[in-house]
Amino acid sequence: MTDMTQDYADLAPSASAKFYGRILPILLFALLVVVIPFLGPSRTMYSLLNVMAINIVFALSYNMLLGRCGLLSFGHAVYYGLGGYCAVHAMTFIEAGTSPFWANFPVFGLPLVGFAGGALAGAIIGWPSCRRAGTPFAMISLGVAELIAAAGFMFLSFFGGEMGVSGDRMNGPQLFGLSMGPVEDVYWFMAFWVVAGLLGMYAFTRTPLGKLSEATRDNPQRVQFIGYDPTRVRYLVFIAAGAFAGMAGGMSAVNYEIFTPEAVSLIPSGFVLIMAYVGGIGYFVGPVLGAVLLTFMQSMLSDYTEAWLLYLGVLFISIVMFAPGGLAGIVFGLAHTARHGETGTVLKRWGGQAAGIGLALAGLIVLVEVSTRWSNGYGEVFEPFGLHLTFTNPLTWVLIVVPFAAGVAILRRLSREEDPA
Amino acid sequence: METIVFSLLNGVIYGLLLFMLSSGLTLIFSMMGVLNFAHASFYMLGAYFAYTVTDATSYWFALIFAPILVGLVGAGVEKWGLRRVHANGHVAELLFTFGLAYLIDEVIKIVYGRNAVDYRVPEALDFPLFTLYGAQYPAYRIFMLLVAVAMLVALWVLLKKTRAGLIIQAALTHPHMVGHLGHNVPMIFMTVFGVGCALAGLAGVIGGNYLVTDPFMAAYMGPIVFVVVVIGGMGSLEGAFVASILLGLLQTFAVSVDASFADLFGWIGLSSATEVGRITIAQLAPMLPYLLLVLILFIRPRGLMGEREL
Repeated sequence: MTDMTQDYADLAPSASAKFYGRILPILLFALLVVVIPFLGPSRTMYSLLNVMAINIVFALSYNMLLGRCGLLSFGHAVYYGLGGYCAVHAMTFIEAGTSPFWANFPVFGLPLVGFAGGALAGAIIGWPSCRRAGTPFAMISLGVAELIAAAGFMFLSFFGGEMGVSGDRMNGPQLFGLSMGPVEDVYWFMAFWVVAGLLGMYAFTRTPLGKLSEATRDNPQRVQFIGYDPTRVRYLVFIAAGAFAGMAGGMSAVNYEIFTPEAVSLIPSGFVLIMAYVGGIGYFVGPVLGAVLLTFMQSMLSDYTEAWLLYLGVLFISIVMFAPGGLAGIVFGLAHTARHGETGTVLKRWGGQAAGIGLALAGLIVLVEVSTRWSNGYGEVFEPFGLHLTFTNPLTWVLIVVPFAAGVAILRRLSREEDPA
Repeated sequence: METIVFSLLNGVIYGLLLFMLSSGLTLIFSMMGVLNFAHASFYMLGAYFAYTVTDATSYWFALIFAPILVGLVGAGVEKWGLRRVHANGHVAELLFTFGLAYLIDEVIKIVYGRNAVDYRVPEALDFPLFTLYGAQYPAYRIFMLLVAVAMLVALWVLLKKTRAGLIIQAALTHPHMVGHLGHNVPMIFMTVFGVGCALAGLAGVIGGNYLVTDPFMAAYMGPIVFVVVVIGGMGSLEGAFVASILLGLLQTFAVSVDASFADLFGWIGLSSATEVGRITIAQLAPMLPYLLLVLILFIRPRGLMGEREL
């Protein structure tokens, strides 16, 4: 009997484990956010960072559904968009300044308006959708997203039709001495709200509701046995996720000062799904990594190549097929093997995998880049390192096939060594 | 009367086109439990392959070879992609097909460009077949009708009258039992996936030149096909058929109705000056399938003729 009566204090993490596992990462993140402006980033960098902040909050809110609650949604941008629209409308009220409430409302607080708008939309749409989980939930979210997207072009007074609704962020009372005009001011606004959003969503995972949402994901029947209603848990989590998505929408409203019906369409919904999944839905930081990487790809890679969406698709499919834990899973897996494996063999395997992935990617890039230029018909030629790669040049095909085949062969061999069965 | 007859004909043809797409999806969905997000992308591939083959040879070659090509691509996707992901559960499978749809879209954009390609109705079929109420009716639409009906009959015979069909039907509901009886279930899955994609490809071959062949055709058709499968019910080809025709008629008729909400609900005081009152039924037509989808999932989650819940 003695081994059954375990002292529960032993199971709880120690104070230092709590500090290193929970508080320190958030402190480091906050520190990083504060330090960045002192490194003197360029204007382009600032706008990139601002978009990253929006996407971090958006992707984290999406993961409240998919990662934490097991609800696959194809329409999360609906709450982002509706929250953002509420914020843009509030911005125009601030500009008009006719009502005393809005005249005294700082633009800095607009994400709160988005938060409320997203929560309201989540509460209304979620009530019917959350009665089912799994594939029916995914289908309902798709249907609702299509309905709202179509409504976007019908109700002009709210959505503004094709033109959208625009506002001006340099009105109303100032907070913290930020005029919100220059991009540096907007950065501090973003910094505040991304840390607030991260803290809020992390705190949510520690609440009883957050814990129950994970239990509902893993085994709804047992949640019912201990006296909770899984439907209700899903509904409440759905409202919270909608609220944080609306907050991201509010941040975006301040950043762009315009919202168009495209914000509620299926495209941003798909993008947030990819961000969260590529980052890793099993980890809290996963969506943060995904949002940072994909925002970076979206703005930087699209300058270099027209086919960046293709690379994004390849990245997504590779993650789904070979690394279901996402980037966070890869990072933590590497850290784990580094700590527990023999250094020599671990390094050798990492080196092999990196070489394999690099070679396969090189072949793929040559193929894609040569193809895009060929299909453009502008007569441009892909010329890396002074080479002249046309579609008819045999060297092109050698450079496509050889690295790709070599990379795949290395990866196959490594996976066979790892798993001899 | 004129509108009704034309809408009826066009609606049935559109519905049959939807059925060609959804029949494969229903089979795949009920057998593997995975909703194939990329199904409409195979429809798009069918249209583009047909365009290329037509350019090189003739439309009649394309009619036969493009669906076979699409089927082979589909079987390859199942064998080297989906089967690998299967171990990670249904969400991973769904996401895999979601990513695949993304990828096919982009590849098509790179290879064929962003604009619509000039995939035309073959000259041999490009003539008015008969005149109805003073308006000419194109022969190609009747040709589509015939191809769709031929496919329907062939599928029905294959599933209900042959031994292969018997095994497939059994695998729809009891895949484990079929495996225990010694059939190669992964092989059956791959074949059904391939044939399902080939059917979608055939829909692309005959639909691509009737509608339009551009890189956005998959994104337009995809969600509607899901709606058909969900409304029809899991594992029910009959349900998918009824739902396809229903949706085809509904959308075609809604487009031709020239009334607004104010006309319909004027009796409760809705004026045509308000925003809601100005919405016309024709405007609502693209929304109707999704409205129906959401309603069906609330009211009758197993669909019209489904044997089990989603």
